[in-house]
Amino acid sequence: MPTREAVLDALSGVRDPELDEPITDLDFVSGLEIEDGAAFVRLRLPTYFCAPNFAYLMVADAKAAVLSVTGIEQAKVVLDDHYASDEINGGVNEHRGFDGAFPKKTEGDDLEELRTTFRRKSFVSRQEQLCRAMLSDGFTPLDLSGMSLQDVPPSQEFETYLERRAELGLDVGPDAPLVVDPDGHRVPKEAVVQHLRFARTVRVSIEGNASLCRGLLATRYGIPEKEEVKQ
Amino acid sequence: MYEKDGEKYFVVDEHIHFWDASPENTTNKYGEGFIKCFYDYHANLSPDEYTWSFEKYRKYSEEDIMHDLFEVGHVDVGILQSTYLTDFYDNGFNTIERNHPLVEKYPGKFLSNFGFDPRNEEKGLEMLERDFEKYGSKGVKLYTAEWKGESHGWKLDDPWSLKHLEKCEELGIKNIHVHKGPTIWPLNKDAFDVADVDRTATLFPDLNFIVEHVGLPRLEDFCWIGTQEPNVYGGLAVAMPFIHAKPRYFAQIIGELLYWIGEDRILFASDYALWQPGWLVEKFVDFQYPEDAEFSDYAEITPDIKRKILGLNAAALYDIEVPEEMQLATAGSATGQIAAEPASPA
Repeated sequence: MPTREAVLDALSGVRDPELDEPITDLDFVSGLEIEDGAAFVRLRLPTYFCAPNFAYLMVADAKAAVLSVTGIEQAKVVLDDHYASDEINGGVNEHRGFDGAFPKKTEGDDLEELRTTFRRKSFVSRQEQLCRAMLSDGFTPLDLSGMSLQDVPPSQEFETYLERRAELGLDVGPDAPLVVDPDGHRVPKEAVVQHLRFARTVRVSIEGNASLCRGLLATRYGIPEKEEVKQ
Repeated sequence: MYEKDGEKYFVVDEHIHFWDASPENTTNKYGEGFIKCFYDYHANLSPDEYTWSFEKYRKYSEEDIMHDLFEVGHVDVGILQSTYLTDFYDNGFNTIERNHPLVEKYPGKFLSNFGFDPRNEEKGLEMLERDFEKYGSKGVKLYTAEWKGESHGWKLDDPWSLKHLEKCEELGIKNIHVHKGPTIWPLNKDAFDVADVDRTATLFPDLNFIVEHVGLPRLEDFCWIGTQEPNVYGGLAVAMPFIHAKPRYFAQIIGELLYWIGEDRILFASDYALWQPGWLVEKFVDFQYPEDAEFSDYAEITPDIKRKILGLNAAALYDIEVPEEMQLATAGSATGQIAAEPASPA
């Protein structure tokens, strides 16, 4: 029988697309029951009015993650205490998709464009975190602009950066340049400083938003505010 | 007015409310959820001594607002931003009808802005004219995530919204306060995206667009459009209270804003009764960047920059007279940074 740890481990691969952190670190997983190859997961969010599109993505991703665990045959994931809980839970568990969950309230290609927008932001933010660490280790912006991925010393920031980069479908080969824009184009050396300057604003925005959401969740549920985990 | 270390600060609180979310006025579970959500923001980010009970928070009195703003809050002028939410509350949340009597009762203390809803189409234009005639506001507050029947929001560059903005321009309503919320049509797109403000600000160069919450949670998108559009401003509602609960985050926000859009387009706001202005003003006047590498390249925030943010910038938008002794100490000279130009958006 699959263990609780195995299911939680799979859930830790699900991120809040907006906050760029695992839903397990954010304390969004409020319940997990496993019985005879069936898993039942409860999720909660910082507010009643959290954007339903991100909420839907997390519920759907959580369900897929749980089903990926060997030995889990069935999974049900429900979101509690949200204004659109019924629509989201029905949409995910009855495979109606976001468009089907919110008929006539969407336009175009379901949630993929939204997901890509936030993957790009995550990528930019993680690149800034890596470059900031490297700059404080003594590299110069000029160094960074000339480096390939194979030149980068190993670090946790680098690992995370490569993951986000691969998610966007960008080249992660050893010869690929380190500093590229979200379309994969090398940032010219004269533009690196300003590129990283804007990336910093993206990172500040995401980190701050995550910090606020942690606080709101703690207040909402009367639980201690969970420590921020550096990935 | 607030005075500290020989410096005087004129205070305009550009975003305040006089709401009624009492159980009697709450229509449905959405109204209940809305005020609970507001309360969590209040309880999470306020110092303990300034945290109210949920009961008081739902509906506070005229005495409370007068006391918290003008007796202990250092506020010279407060701008009431009407938020209707009539699908959630029987008589609305804080409508112009509820707010405006304060303007008349306490001359010089308050301004009140009404709103418009482009989904009312032709009728909305008539209402806008009527409201202007009645209240004479120089600004409107627009909550684009407001529910209305089946609709869960609208965009600033929707055709009917543009017609309403044309009407604003014609009437002389020049300050457009834009408040983004989490639900909007279409529901599968990012509701906090401020691209519609960008397009609209280009179309109406003579109107001022004040983006409330400085675009949070999309600070980066707001900074980006702020560098492109000289008529886009940032209101600090919701960002201000981080100064207590998450001071490093506050320092980053204010540092980024000053770097990208500069000191002339940032406006102080408490979002009262979400938070009370007194402690926000006091902490902001005392504010300095933390002393570590993360903040080493932010320029110092001088008393003159604080004066602009706390009151002078908003006073300029609303033609509020400021006493001579509270004007800039270094009038006429550049005191801070010049707005920067980003290389590329993310």
